[in-house]
Amino acid sequence: MAAGVAAWLPFARAAAIGWMPVANCPMPLAPADKNKRQDELIVLNVSGRRFQTWRTTLERYPDTLLGSTEKEFFFNEDTKEYFFDRDPEVFRCVLNFYRTGKLHYPRYECISAYDDELAFYGILPEIIGDCCYEEYKDRKRENAERLMDDNDSENNQESMPSLSFRQTMWRAFENPHTSTLALVFYYVTGFFIAVSVITNVVETVPCGTVPGSKELPCGERYSVAFFCLDTACVMIFTVEYLLRLFAAPSRYRFIRSVMSIIDVVAIMPYYIGLVMANNEDVSGAFVTLRVFRVFRIFKFSRHSQGLRILGYTLKSCASELGFLLFSLTMAIIIFATVMFYAEKGSSASKFTSIPASFWYTIVTMTTLGYGDMVPKTIAGKIFGSICSLSGVLVIALPVPVIVSNFSRIYHQNQRADKRRAQKKARLARIRVAKTGSSNAYLHSKRNGLLNEALELTGTPEEEHMGKSTSLIESQHHHLLHCLEKTTNHEFIDEQMFEQNCMESSMQNYPSTRSPSLSSHPGLTTTCCSRRSKKTTHLPNSNLPATRLRSMQELSTIHIQGSEQPSLTTSRSSLNLKADDGLRPNCKTSQITTAIISIPTPPALTPEGESRPPPASPGPNTNIPSIASNVVKVSAL
Amino acid sequence: MNLDGLEMVAVLVVLALFVKVLEQFGLFEPVSLEDSVEDEFELSTVCHRPEGLEQLQEQTKFTRKELQVLYRGFKNECPSGIVNEENFKQIYSQFFPQGDSSTYATFLFNAFDTNHDGSVSFEDFVAGLSVILRGTIDDRLNWAFNLYDLNKDGCITKEEMLDIMKSIYDMMGKYTYPALREEAPREHVETFFQKMDRNKDGVVTIEEFIESCQKDENIMRSMQLFDNVI
Repeated sequence: MAAGVAAWLPFARAAAIGWMPVANCPMPLAPADKNKRQDELIVLNVSGRRFQTWRTTLERYPDTLLGSTEKEFFFNEDTKEYFFDRDPEVFRCVLNFYRTGKLHYPRYECISAYDDELAFYGILPEIIGDCCYEEYKDRKRENAERLMDDNDSENNQESMPSLSFRQTMWRAFENPHTSTLALVFYYVTGFFIAVSVITNVVETVPCGTVPGSKELPCGERYSVAFFCLDTACVMIFTVEYLLRLFAAPSRYRFIRSVMSIIDVVAIMPYYIGLVMANNEDVSGAFVTLRVFRVFRIFKFSRHSQGLRILGYTLKSCASELGFLLFSLTMAIIIFATVMFYAEKGSSASKFTSIPASFWYTIVTMTTLGYGDMVPKTIAGKIFGSICSLSGVLVIALPVPVIVSNFSRIYHQNQRADKRRAQKKARLARIRVAKTGSSNAYLHSKRNGLLNEALELTGTPEEEHMGKSTSLIESQHHHLLHCLEKTTNHEFIDEQMFEQNCMESSMQNYPSTRSPSLSSHPGLTTTCCSRRSKKTTHLPNSNLPATRLRSMQELSTIHIQGSEQPSLTTSRSSLNLKADDGLRPNCKTSQITTAIISIPTPPALTPEGESRPPPASPGPNTNIPSIASNVVKVSAL
Repeated sequence: MNLDGLEMVAVLVVLALFVKVLEQFGLFEPVSLEDSVEDEFELSTVCHRPEGLEQLQEQTKFTRKELQVLYRGFKNECPSGIVNEENFKQIYSQFFPQGDSSTYATFLFNAFDTNHDGSVSFEDFVAGLSVILRGTIDDRLNWAFNLYDLNKDGCITKEEMLDIMKSIYDMMGKYTYPALREEAPREHVETFFQKMDRNKDGVVTIEEFIESCQKDENIMRSMQLFDNVI
C-alpha cells in the first residue's frame, strides 16, 4: 500500500461497512490503538535549521530512521527536539518524501553525498519518483564509471611485480609509454607504415620518360627500388604481427580482433604476390590484390586515438547510419522511377532505364550535380528539383545524431585522460596528507619526550612546544605509542631511516663479530635496496613495513656495535639523530592532520615478521635470535 | 496546352506545395478553430473549498481535531478539493493491490456522492464518514442499504445484490485459497436473500433488511468495529 494514502486508511476501513451485512462469518477483532496519542508536531533540528512536521507524517514509513524508534537516539532532552548533524538541503528532500510520498533528486546535489544521506535515513534510492529517476541513474552511472576507471588503472599499476616476459611484451605493445624500447618500436612501426603508404602512392606517379618508350609510372621505372622498400615494410609488419601474436594473452581473441585482421590484410597481398608472381593467368587478380595494400593506412589507428574514436563512433551509430541508408535508398528508388517515366517522352534522353536513373538521383540528392544527365521535360525538371530539395533534408537529419555521439565519446575520452593526469596529483596529495599525519606523530613524540625531560628539569621556555595538540590528536598519538610499546619498535621517518642504514653500514664494517659482519652488508644492501625498490610502488602501504624491518636490524646493530649501552642513551642517541634528521621536517610537518588515518599499523607486525626470511640466507638464522635479544634487552 | 498525365501530376504537386507555403505565412487558416477552445478549457481548474469548521462540526459528529486530521489527509490527496470518480477509484485501489476494486469503488462513490453531481466534496466525504463511524447502528445499516440499492428505489433486487457481490469478490483477485469459483457470488447472494428476504418476494426492502440484521448477532457485532476507526 502506498503510504502516501495512509491518511485515507480510515476511509477504506469505513468503506468496509458494505461487506458486513453480507458476511456469513464473524469478523476478526480490530487492532487496538493502545497509545492513542493526539497528533503532535515534532521539531527536527538539522544542523540548526528547524523543520516541523506531524508525528503521523513521519510514521507513514516505519522502516526508515525517522519513522521508527531509531530517531529517539537523536532526541535532545534539553531542547525537546530531534537533532541531526547532517545536511539540511538534502533533508528537505527527505522530509518532502514523507509529506508527499515522492522522493525527488535535486540536480545540483552531488550524487555520492545524496546517496550517503539516503543511506543514513534508511531510504532506498529506488523509490525516487519517475520525474527524477533518470537523472539520478545517469549521474550514478557516470560516477560508477569514474570509480571503475580509477580502480582499473590502480590495478594496472599494482601488477608490476612478477610479470612474465610475454606479459611485459604485451604491455609494451599496448602501452608504448611503459618503456623506451616500446616507444622506439612504436615510432619505428609508425614510420614504416608511413613509408609504405607513401611508396604505394608514389608508385603510380608518372616519372618522366625513358628515351624510346612512353611515360612510365615510377613504380615500373624503379621497380627494384620499390620492391625493396615494399619488402622491408612487409618484413617489419610481419615481425610485428608475429610478436603481437606471441605476446597476446588470448591468441584466439587476438586473431579475431579488428586490428589483427587489418594487419593480416595489409601483409597478405605481398606474400600472395610472391607466390603467384609468375603465373600470367591470375596476374589480373594480383593487380587487384595490390589495392589491399592501402589498408596499411588503417594500422595508424593504433597510433592515433582520434581515429579509434571515429571508428568507435561509427560502430555505435550503426542504427542511425542504417536509417540514413535505408531512407536514402527509398528516396532514390522513388525518384529514379519518377524521373525515368517523366523523361521517357523526350528524345535522346539519357534516362534509358530506371537503374540508369539511379545515378542521376544520387548525384542530385547529394547536391553534387555533375550535369552528365539532365532532365529536359518540364515534369522532369519539376521532379528533379523536388528530388534535390528532399535529398538535402534526408541527409541532414541523421547527421546531428552521429555528431553528438562522436562528441560524447570524444569528451569521455578527454575526461578519462584528464582524470588519469589528475590522479597522480591526487595520489600525491593523499600521500602528503598521510606523511603529514605520521610526521605529526613523530613530532609530538619528540615533544613529548622533551616535555618529560623538561618536567624533570623544569625549564619554562620549552613548554610552548608541546602546546596545541587537540584531544583527538593526543589520543591518536597515544594509540600509536601503545602500538610501539607492544611491538618494541618505534616509528621513524624516511630520512632518519636512510641515515641509519648508511650509519650502520659505516659503523659495522670494522666490527669483529663475524656472523653479524657477514650479515650486515647483505642486510644493509637489502634493506636499503629493498626500500628503494619499494618507493616505486604506491608508497602508503609498504614503507612502514620496511621501517619495521630496518628498525629490527637497526636495534640489533646498535646493541651489538655499541656494546650494550644503557636504555636511555641509546634511545636519546636515536632521538638526537632524529632531531638532526627531523629538524628540516618539523617545518613541513605543519601540514594539518585533518585526515587522521592510521598508516596501517596493524599490518606492521605480520609483515615485519615475514620480511626477515626473504633476506640473504646468511642472516636468517641470526636475525631471529638477535631479534629475541632485542626483545629482552631493549625494552623500548 | 495539353499536359500529359505525369505533367499534370507534377503541376498538381507544385500547386499543393504552394498552398502549404501560403499556409505557413498565415494567409490561409483552415484548421485552427478547435485548438483555441481546448486552450481556454485548461485554464480554469476547479477548486472547491469546504464550509467552515464550525458548520461541519454541527453537521457531523466529529470533533474539531478529527475534522482537521481528516481534512489534511483529504487535501493532500486531492488538492483541488473534490474527488472525481477516477481519483476515487485510484485511491481505493491502493488498498487492494491484488484484486480489482474499481467496481466496488464506483458503488462507494455513488453512495458518498449524495447529490449525484459526479464529484465528492469534503462535506460529502465527512458526512458519509460521520454516519459510518459515529452514527447509531440503525444509521449504519441505513447507509449500507443505501450502498446496496444501486438505483435508489428503496429495495434491493437479486441483480443489484449480485453486482455488489461480484464487485466484492473481484477485490480478492485471482490468487485465493480455495480458488474462486464462478458460482461463488451467486451462491452467496442466495444465502443473503434467504436470510434477509422475509416475505420471499425476491426483493429486500429497508425494513426487512434492518430487521434481519438486528436479529443477526454477527452483523451486530461487526457493526461495532467502526467505533474505533478514527
